[in-house]
Amino acid sequence: MPPRDGRSLWDAVRAAGALAERALWGAEASVRLGELVGGSSLGGRLEELRGRSVLVATRDQLTAALALIELDGVARRLVLYPPDLPRKVAPFVMATAAVDAVVSDRAALEAGSVGTVVTCSARLAPADSARTGPHHTEWILLTSGTTGVPKLVVHTLASLAGAINGDRVQTVPAVWSTFYDIRRYGGLQILLRALLGGGSLVLSSAAESTGDFLIRAGARGVTHISGTPSHWRRALMSPSAHRIVPHYVRLSGEIADQAILDHVRACYPGARIAHAFASTEAGVGFAVEDGLAGFPASLLTQRGAEVELKVEEGSLRIRSARTAIRYLGSSGEPLADRDGFVDTGDIVELRGARYHFVGRRGGIINVGGLKVHPEEVEAVINGHPQVQMSVVRTRKNAITGALVVADVVLRTAPDSAETGRVAELEREILQRCRDALSRHKVPAAIRFVRFLGVAGTGKVVRQHA
Amino acid sequence: MSVRASVLAQFERVAQEQKKTLAPLTDDLVLLESGLDSLCLAIIVAQLEDALGVDPFSAAEDAEFPVTLGDFIELYEHAAP
Repeated sequence: MPPRDGRSLWDAVRAAGALAERALWGAEASVRLGELVGGSSLGGRLEELRGRSVLVATRDQLTAALALIELDGVARRLVLYPPDLPRKVAPFVMATAAVDAVVSDRAALEAGSVGTVVTCSARLAPADSARTGPHHTEWILLTSGTTGVPKLVVHTLASLAGAINGDRVQTVPAVWSTFYDIRRYGGLQILLRALLGGGSLVLSSAAESTGDFLIRAGARGVTHISGTPSHWRRALMSPSAHRIVPHYVRLSGEIADQAILDHVRACYPGARIAHAFASTEAGVGFAVEDGLAGFPASLLTQRGAEVELKVEEGSLRIRSARTAIRYLGSSGEPLADRDGFVDTGDIVELRGARYHFVGRRGGIINVGGLKVHPEEVEAVINGHPQVQMSVVRTRKNAITGALVVADVVLRTAPDSAETGRVAELEREILQRCRDALSRHKVPAAIRFVRFLGVAGTGKVVRQHA
Repeated sequence: MSVRASVLAQFERVAQEQKKTLAPLTDDLVLLESGLDSLCLAIIVAQLEDALGVDPFSAAEDAEFPVTLGDFIELYEHAAP
């Protein structure tokens, strides 16, 4: 059930009951929720974090989950630091969120000037569980921005849990799992579903192979499991795909095409298969379970629905109590329009009675669930002295949904006799990209072209999808 | 170059580019244990499409996902024009 007004996450976990039977299973350690009644992951130092803006920057997902359970309602603000975010952006994040305390599971963290550093461990220390606090804690999620600096998105427990309802009471308690990291919106949804819905959760680990994770999830009897279409393509390539027998499979975070929905259905014929639309800013828009790509146009006209959808200028817009509250510290960029609709930036196209996702506004590319802003990559390519201009595009891919490719115009086009020079330039440009960008942002292919289309606005022409 | 040789060459090239240690390329090698991650496999599929002119993953919707390198090569051998 969604937490009622002012109730903290811990209150809601307790209200869901059966604490002794429920667990959070990590790759290395596990904790029964009942152990949190008389124990703390924070070494009994919870009071030091009361009212603070806390950066939760743990290596491990389990320690992060424990810290979130203990700190909601106590801390003023919780900033979830995903493990794959470059350390160099930490000072920006900490300054923007006015972080004045850090929770970490590392012995030594480059905490900078932050005074309070609390170590978080899955080995609980005895502590009382008076976790009530007056704070309506802000939960800060990070999402990728145009310039490589993340945007800080403000949620509350109520907005995050808005899509979780109590109408699907399980006769057997659910064992949830997700390929996502719980510091990302998609993973956090699953953590909260497990915690608020009376279930348990098998956490993934970046250090573990897909096969080992599936075996571990299967051994815990996973019933509900989520991931991006790319996660699922990878899972279906594993000999261990049949080690789980889920009742419910959820795909989100990328376009679920008909092929991946059919593949998942063939592998797990007994499961309900849902593909959901959600984003950090817009929250959970909908989940459909009919096994067909896209979503029914009738979702746009439902009266009295919790989530209102509309399509304007080609993109899907969402208004609900599940959307984020605002951006933190951005240059006044509004998160929603005047009517409260969040523009998802996802371009949809009506075919018959169904909307299909065809790409992203601004050409944002989704490589296996990770966003790439073309401008960021183009800026790196354009830094090469021989490059006049470039445009970074998406190329469809069956493994990661999409890949990044680049069209590049050189200042002086080498003539056809200079193939060696062209190959050399390609190597140099790619090396630049590898030095400056995360792996998924580096173009998989570079094409040298004579010119690029430029629109009346003076901008390079970008095409959706 | 045969389809098999093209596939093997792309595995080696991408592993080198992405600085991954490649397991010995035998037919029973499980792809997820080859030392390559999803991004590497994605790049291989794109480069094979350029080299061979086919993308069997998008062509055959009811085909099973390949588990081993042998499955992967077979997929391309059957799809090659």
